[in-house]
Amino acid sequence: MKYRSPRPLARSAAAGVAAVSLVLAGACSSGDDTDADTFTWWDPYPQHAADSAWAERVNACGEAAGVTIDRTASDTTDLTNRALLAAQEGTSPDVILLDNPAVSTLADTEMLTTMDELGLDVSGVDENLLAAGVVDDQAYGIPIGANTLAIYYNADVLDAAGVDPASIVDWDSLTAALAQVTASGDKGITFAAIGTEEGSFQFLPWFWGAGADLRELDSPQAQAALELWTGWLDAGYAPNSVLTNSQNTTWEEFLTGEFAFAVNGTWQVNSAAEADFATGLVQIPGQDGGIAPAPTGGEFIIAPAQADTDRYDVTRQIVECMTTPEGFVETATTFAYYVPPTAEGQDALLAAEPDLEPWVAAVREAKGRTSDNLGTDYPKISEALWTAVQNALSGSASPADALAQAQADAEAALG
Amino acid sequence: MTTTSVTQTGRASDGAAGRVPAAPARRRPPGAASTWTAVGFAAPLLAYLAVFYAYPLWRNIDLSVHDYTVRAFVLGNPDFVGIEKYLEVFSSNAFPTALANTALFTIVSIAFQYAIGLGLAVFFHANFRLSNLLRALFLVPWLLPLIVSASTWAWMLNSDHGIVNSVVQAFGGEQINWLTSPDTALTSVIIANIWLGIPFNLVILHAGLQQIPAEVYEAASLDGASAWQQFWRITFPLLRPVSGITLLLGFIYTLKVVDVIWIMTTGGPGNASLTLAVWSYREAFGTGQPDFSPAAAIGNLLIVIALVFGFVHVRMQRSWEKS
Repeated sequence: MKYRSPRPLARSAAAGVAAVSLVLAGACSSGDDTDADTFTWWDPYPQHAADSAWAERVNACGEAAGVTIDRTASDTTDLTNRALLAAQEGTSPDVILLDNPAVSTLADTEMLTTMDELGLDVSGVDENLLAAGVVDDQAYGIPIGANTLAIYYNADVLDAAGVDPASIVDWDSLTAALAQVTASGDKGITFAAIGTEEGSFQFLPWFWGAGADLRELDSPQAQAALELWTGWLDAGYAPNSVLTNSQNTTWEEFLTGEFAFAVNGTWQVNSAAEADFATGLVQIPGQDGGIAPAPTGGEFIIAPAQADTDRYDVTRQIVECMTTPEGFVETATTFAYYVPPTAEGQDALLAAEPDLEPWVAAVREAKGRTSDNLGTDYPKISEALWTAVQNALSGSASPADALAQAQADAEAALG
Repeated sequence: MTTTSVTQTGRASDGAAGRVPAAPARRRPPGAASTWTAVGFAAPLLAYLAVFYAYPLWRNIDLSVHDYTVRAFVLGNPDFVGIEKYLEVFSSNAFPTALANTALFTIVSIAFQYAIGLGLAVFFHANFRLSNLLRALFLVPWLLPLIVSASTWAWMLNSDHGIVNSVVQAFGGEQINWLTSPDTALTSVIIANIWLGIPFNLVILHAGLQQIPAEVYEAASLDGASAWQQFWRITFPLLRPVSGITLLLGFIYTLKVVDVIWIMTTGGPGNASLTLAVWSYREAFGTGQPDFSPAAAIGNLLIVIALVFGFVHVRMQRSWEKS
């Protein structure tokens, strides 16, 4: 009998302790146990598994700096969100490869070191490509390569319709080519006008090619660009499905062989070469001729701030390994679609792969989405822009009304 | 051995300390130990509720009353703005559209899911040959990952190469821009969502039908009730409690559907198929710049709507039980 009375208490205490320790264990295990010889690396290439050429390249850069690299890959949107959460919890990785428009957003949170602090020289990097990572004259990262948009064409379809790709030099000649192709029974052009960042990315070459400015979405130039797209849809030169097309779906449509043209990026070079028909490339023309500035795509290598600043020395060596001219070319050939961001690197790439010449030219003309000091304003403007494109193409609003609404929304969002 | 028990009992009942350790258990206030035991056993559950329910809810409210820009989110120094984010949401152009779409999406989805699910449940209740196999086949939409079924729907409803349009055109119809026209986008996602929700209704209502005693039907048929009368006079009323919970669960589930709509239309074109849940997701994760505060405000609004209908359900159930 004597022992019975304390037991319930002991039992309840034990249960309570167990519960509390469970919670604590959960809380503690999320803490990060970095050691000096392991450097963490996040990139947005889950398609490159641990035994891929890319993973080997990353590991080699770690070995050269005398450390092991612990690489984690996830898709772009997820990567941005995780980077923000990690920064909030103080568990940032040492190196992140991140899509360029997100760099200024992260830089604004003070979670990144500047390239100056790391002791890296960015003067060799093409200004138009570096711009996406520059906030208030400070570079927060280095592009490891760049890609952009151009127009792929199906040579068989153009031959059948009697269109000479060299004749496409401005919007009028492009629209005339589309008319000729559809008249001969084929489909015209496909592109991605989906209601996400991809939609803005694809609209920007036309927007900038008309001379429009992202600060003035309702300008007559912007209206001209949007009317070009709505005109194509109304005339049946472009399919209605562009409204829900991602760039990948666009490419699948093009690979059916039914379309004369598709707007797509450097990353489809290999796929185009393997298509069942002959393909070629023209640059996206400006409204009145010339090459329209296309937006730059591609990742920046960035270094989040660490509590232990001694780690920066190794981080610098890893970043350097990725950004030497040889390093750029190696990245470019590993991915098959990346144009190096320095003149030296571009020359070295062209020496190895002369076929990429039009892409190098396009990248030199390209423009960062967050440049013009738009920085963190860009995502808000972009959302208003793709909504306007969606509204105009779906017929909910005229191009002029849709853009006027977009300008009002962007101004409201920017406060 | 005795010393151990002395110290333990001494600790257990402060008031009784120093007394002769004869039979201390009887002198303690009755029930104290069992209260502690109860607390001890409840502790894991309470901890679970606190970590996985109370904290996220509190955090969601916290997010919605502060101005969490990305910068403030990382630095942890957001400005307190009170109900400003809620006012921003209510006064936004998208709000009336999203609210009306949410109402339409939820009510139409549930009405059809329930009606079709009930029809199928009654059909399969007859237990003919192969009925189990067929019923299992009807569960397929439930088993498929949403990304697969939503992508398949998007592909079938494609304006130019979709199978639905090719059938429509084969019968001489015009091309319908299911997902890309502001007039049909909402209808399209509702159709896909109805298809997804039928298995849930079928399973629960079918289980409910098994509970209805067969004698009632026998008695009814002896009285000469037709199948139609049996359904309206027996099946439907006796199924009411099950129907109530099915509709409530379906309502809460449909209210917060994001994936189907997001994959098929991303709420577009423009805002044509935007619901409150999709809007919240779009604010938080759909653009290059996460806007957690308005997203949390919309999320809280959804919680309130779901709660209101939960209470309505509880009330209705009580009044049924009384009658």
